[in-house]
Amino acid sequence: MKIIVCISHVPDTTSKINFSDGDTKFERNGVQFVINPNDEFGLTRAMWFKEKQGATVDVINVGLSDTESTLRKALAIGADKAIRIDMDPENGFNVAKQLANYIKKENYDLVIAGRESIDYNGGMVPGMIAGLNNANFINNCISLEIDGTNVTASREIDGGKETIESCIPLVIGAQKGLVEESDLRIPNMRGIMMARKKQLEVIPAIDASNQTNSIEFEKPKPKGEVTLVSSDNLDELINLLHNEAKVI
Amino acid sequence: MAILVYTESEQGKFKKTAFELASYARSIADENNTTVTAVCINAESPMELQNYGVDKVLNISNQELKSFNAMSYSQCIFEAAENEKSKIIVISSSADSKYLAPLLAVKHNAGYISNACELPTSYNPLTVKRTAFTNKAFEITKVNTENALISLAKNSYSINEVKTNTSLEDFSVNVSQNDTKVKSIDKATDKVTIADADTVVSAGRGLKGPENWGMIEELAEVLGAATACSKPVSDLGWRPHGEHVGQTGKPVASNLYIAIGISGAIQHLAGINSSKVKVVINTDPEAPFFKAADYGVVGDAFEVVPELINKLKTFKAQN
Ligand SMILES: Cc1cc2nc3c(=O)[nH]c(=O)nc-3n(C[C@H](O)[C@H](O)[C@H](O)COP(=O)(O)OP(=O)(O)OC[C@H]3O[C@@H](n4cnc5c(N)ncnc54)[C@H](O)[C@@H]3O)c2cc1C
Ligand SMILES: Nc1ncnc2c1ncn2[C@@H]1O[C@H](COP(=O)(O)O)[C@@H](O)[C@H]1O
Repeated sequence: MKIIVCISHVPDTTSKINFSDGDTKFERNGVQFVINPNDEFGLTRAMWFKEKQGATVDVINVGLSDTESTLRKALAIGADKAIRIDMDPENGFNVAKQLANYIKKENYDLVIAGRESIDYNGGMVPGMIAGLNNANFINNCISLEIDGTNVTASREIDGGKETIESCIPLVIGAQKGLVEESDLRIPNMRGIMMARKKQLEVIPAIDASNQTNSIEFEKPKPKGEVTLVSSDNLDELINLLHNEAKVI
Repeated sequence: MAILVYTESEQGKFKKTAFELASYARSIADENNTTVTAVCINAESPMELQNYGVDKVLNISNQELKSFNAMSYSQCIFEAAENEKSKIIVISSSADSKYLAPLLAVKHNAGYISNACELPTSYNPLTVKRTAFTNKAFEITKVNTENALISLAKNSYSINEVKTNTSLEDFSVNVSQNDTKVKSIDKATDKVTIADADTVVSAGRGLKGPENWGMIEELAEVLGAATACSKPVSDLGWRPHGEHVGQTGKPVASNLYIAIGISGAIQHLAGINSSKVKVVINTDPEAPFFKAADYGVVGDAFEVVPELINKLKTFKAQN
């Protein structure tokens, strides 16, 4: 089985978000970048398929050379090969087209992407790859088993879960739950050494237009002071929630 | 040219977001001198939409569409859009709608804007404000394509009741078969979900152990709320994973969010920032959550929560 994991290179969850150039660009200076958490769950599941079922696992990113540190980390975790499509991505649809084109050409059986990236929160790339390549698609995937071409998976739905049967070629939108948090791997020295020798292929982007463009960013307005209520005056809290906030 | 809105239902009943979306689509239509068409799938009373500014309802009744299927549902909405020559499609931010959205965007060759939080700021070109960086910022996005798909974040547009002269049309779609099939659904139907709840009661590691969640559930019950938790609580197995909210968990966009024994780490706050009113109960007056809260009680949850439950019961009995 040929697996590819789409890796998005995102600011660490504790990053302060700032913008430059008149609030038109995300300021990358001083930001620590990591593998998107949803992709990390997916990559970990892919490692299981590699170790238990002999799958090959490639990782891919659409980005400029600064994302290579993140791809190297994925190689150190155990991926076989990394691919970087050389482009500064401006929009999810364009990213999906780049990825779909490569995936189709290389005939992957299983494409693992994250449900959503924690930077732009597009929530679109995996579904678009599936749509563009006419592959099956399971989003919010929280369990995945593959036997030959048969797929059994489950998906988190509002208030519960759904068990789904499908078959490959398949794209999933991975998220927490797909593997246990304790199964996530921190690259060890050996992995890091091996990763240096693994192939990181850089390929040019294909021509594709941007369906949308980001034109400006804004930060939320600063919040007013909290209203403190004494713990022996909870009637006042109920009063405020009822009459002032009007939420109960 | 009508604005097309996919009005979601669950077991035949419209979700509240269906009416929010209809109101949102109505405003877009008014600003563009056009009409609103809603498409619904297996809804029991499609004519309810006449109270929310919908001009025409395309009603799909099809037993094959009984359980949600992203491929088939996106095909239905796409065909409805073709039928209406719609350039703008509006959908919700439910798990199902976000599942079908990218498939629909590909079919319709539409610029897709997820997490939209306001009406478009301009139409030529179409420009929409959305949340990004997990609620740490907003992004103003411009659509370059002729068609657009907007997914509206929960609780970002209020329902506007307007009686309309609505026409109802049966709409049939020849659903193509696909290889992805739902085998079983495991869902507590008696509980309010985090996604749909107006109020969410959430608790963290300050509660000390899973045995102490009785009072959290009781508080939620009194308020008709859903229960949620911080990440360590679900990692420790005190509560199910589906309750974990925050940057790496579920987003919460409720009217009222009550956080009990949660410190207010940046990753937690990122997921709940779009809740309207936040109440914090915490023993530590320095807990960062107080900076993000609207109302706060500095106190021990084991004393404050039971008393709050009692007082709320009295309040509910009187109101
Ligand atoms: C990559 C990454 C992603 C993350 N994503 C998320 C996420 O999505 N969601 C999330 O929640 N966290 C997330 N976290 C974890 C986050 O950083 C915090 O560790 C977590 O939110 C803390 O949970 P807590 O507030 O329940 O526990 P603690 O930080 O231990 O806080 C407990 C609080 O309870 C209070 N308390 C103690 N006793 C009482 C009492 N008797 N009555 C009232 N209050 C009391 C304490 O004063 C304290 O403020 C993430 C972390 C990382 C590294
Ligand atoms: N530039 C990128 N390169 C590779 N994969 C990406 C990129 N952007 C997004 N993805 C993948 O698509 C998922 C969803 O991203 P998004 O649609 O941007 O929220 C991510 O979790 C990644 O798996």
